[in-house]
Amino acid sequence: MRPNGADAILRSLEAEGVEVVFGLPGGAILPTYDAFARGTTVRHVLARHEQGAGHMAEGYARASGKVGVAIATSGPGATNLVTPIADAWMDSTPLVCITGQVRTSLIGTDAFQECDITGITIPIVKHSWLVQDVEELPHAIKAAFHVARTGRCGPVLVDVPRDVQEAALDFEYPETVDLPGWKPPRHANARQIKFAAEALAAAERPVLYVGGGALNAHTCDELRELAEVGRLPVVTTLMGKSAFPETHELHFGWPGMHGPKWSNWAMNKCDLLVAVGARFDDRVTGKLSAFAPGASVVHLDIDSAEIGKLRRADIPVVGPLTEVLAGLTEELRGRRAAGSQPPTEPWLRQLAAWREEFPLRYGSGGDLLKPQLVLETLQELASGRDVVWTTGVGQHQMWAMQYLLCERPRTFITSGGLGTMGYGVPAAIGAKAARPESTVVCVDGDGCFQMTGQELATSVLEDLPIVVVIVNNGYLGMVRQWQDMFFGERFSEVHLSHNVPDYAKLAEAYGAVGFTVESEAELAGALERAMTSGRTTVVDVRVDPREHCFPMIPAGAAALDLVEYEDEREAVEA
Amino acid sequence: MRHTISVLLENRPGALMRIASMFARRGYNIESLAVGPTERHDVSRITLRVDCEQHPLEQIEKQIHKLVNVLRVSELEPDEAVERELALLKVSAPPAKRGELISLAHAFNARVADLGADAIVFEVVGHPEEVDAFEELVRPHGLKELVRTGRIGLGRVSATRQNRPQRILH
Repeated sequence: MRPNGADAILRSLEAEGVEVVFGLPGGAILPTYDAFARGTTVRHVLARHEQGAGHMAEGYARASGKVGVAIATSGPGATNLVTPIADAWMDSTPLVCITGQVRTSLIGTDAFQECDITGITIPIVKHSWLVQDVEELPHAIKAAFHVARTGRCGPVLVDVPRDVQEAALDFEYPETVDLPGWKPPRHANARQIKFAAEALAAAERPVLYVGGGALNAHTCDELRELAEVGRLPVVTTLMGKSAFPETHELHFGWPGMHGPKWSNWAMNKCDLLVAVGARFDDRVTGKLSAFAPGASVVHLDIDSAEIGKLRRADIPVVGPLTEVLAGLTEELRGRRAAGSQPPTEPWLRQLAAWREEFPLRYGSGGDLLKPQLVLETLQELASGRDVVWTTGVGQHQMWAMQYLLCERPRTFITSGGLGTMGYGVPAAIGAKAARPESTVVCVDGDGCFQMTGQELATSVLEDLPIVVVIVNNGYLGMVRQWQDMFFGERFSEVHLSHNVPDYAKLAEAYGAVGFTVESEAELAGALERAMTSGRTTVVDVRVDPREHCFPMIPAGAAALDLVEYEDEREAVEA
Repeated sequence: MRHTISVLLENRPGALMRIASMFARRGYNIESLAVGPTERHDVSRITLRVDCEQHPLEQIEKQIHKLVNVLRVSELEPDEAVERELALLKVSAPPAKRGELISLAHAFNARVADLGADAIVFEVVGHPEEVDAFEELVRPHGLKELVRTGRIGLGRVSATRQNRPQRILH
């Protein structure tokens, strides 16, 4: 029997080396699921909601460094993928989404479960294909994988009408792609690298400002070598977190709205800012005109459109980061004369002094657990273990950034640009599929958990055990914090309650293990049990809802306007 | 400051929509847009007139160039390009006014495309500024309807003032 389009999809995924896909079947994608039933080497993980499938594929991509794949049916199945696609777009996560579509003869007739998903997703994909002819299907999938992972990574979508899945073809997976308009830079300009190296060699107060691009480029070794050879301090953004070992003496935290004072001061006082696959996001820069005011900018990026988008680059270097960083290291090695002290030593001492002077602080007292203590305890328990973290979005995410120290690449997986609540649980399941030997811990909020918590069923039934630590303050905590600080303490529609649902019981209902923790005495034991049980476990930690995440640079403010824990308390007491 | 950008793109379904959508989402202002076939059946050309008040030209060009279907982006600089536009203008023309309008049209090399009892449809081709001028000239006579194609352009082949080839950006 000749293969059909559905077979072609699976043979193409196999040819791409895809090990696992995440999805949920439905009418228009039925032929493809029938092909799954006929046999394939590709593992299918059945999600409970297509949004979950999409975030699982993202978590898989982030943890593995490979392309994530999500499959959904037409109409609502496809629209449920829109949030993960937008998330992958903002965070440059390589993602291939395959959606079923109504038969070609029905397209445009408002048929059952028809929707123009290629049209809907145009602003949030690198490219998309509506495959109208089965002969084009292998080419479209080949091109989709190529576009998703080359240049700046990102999401793509292949929409396949049902009759195209059913049509017969002589399958042959193409060896090359035919994309005359897609030419991401393959090499950087050697002269620009030389200019950048000269600037780096001369700088007395440089900072390497490292974003998610470093992880996408698989260039953490080159980054570390550059920092060590040049004696250059490193700050990593939320998306760049884990690209550089965080207990390394040259790591100086995380910049931006909830970054520690020393990290933001490093950015503010530097004389040379080297952006490494980072995009000057407003959550990092705050008020752009006051960001790193005295610094020249070297901008290293694979995407030339990022150069000068928000901050003028004095020395742009466009190209693959691995080559750029290795080139910079070689140039710098020559310029750092043997035996003499690098000119950055006084600056490194200054940064270390600031770190000593302005540690992260939070309040004590009261009957309720402090959320920061939960993160500190997790960090202690994880130390020396093979742990991959995922998070939701909000206060708990920012505390996770501040308190969890990642030593190895791809061990901190979070939704940065889009800020997608509910990302954590499905992303953890995807990460577990990528790294079964690791303990995968989702640090979640109670609000986030309730958006995608149904994927616990996927975790239990697909044997992808994860630990979910709910930093449960009974509120939409970050919104509450903003209402407290900027809206005159008028709390509006943010109360969720500590105990509805009862998360431990909910976990048990899903066949997982559940603990409730209300005191410091129970905390470490429960977390230890969760991390060592090998079963999907939810730890519901009831914490103080009044706790704010500090430090904080209010939106649109400058680094020097940073509000610290004491400042705020004094303001309240005054 | 306004600029004319010429984009060569693969002639594929949705290619124009991707460009239009990118302009919309990035908040770039398009003054005119003309799309049509080229010497290659698989390639289309879009000529865009953009207002670069808020966003630098370079950023707009880079964002266009990132689109997978886009083959080449170049700026058509005024001294180094031939630019043309076509307009159809329906003008009130009672019999007493016909002669005057038609002689005006002659001065602009405008043709009478259609003639009715009380109106004329003029067809004018020229540099967009000439089209502007003709439009202003006939407006007082009662401009009932107007359609313009948007400007199109090609780099010059003749020696230019700076005597250099058309600048190719990407």
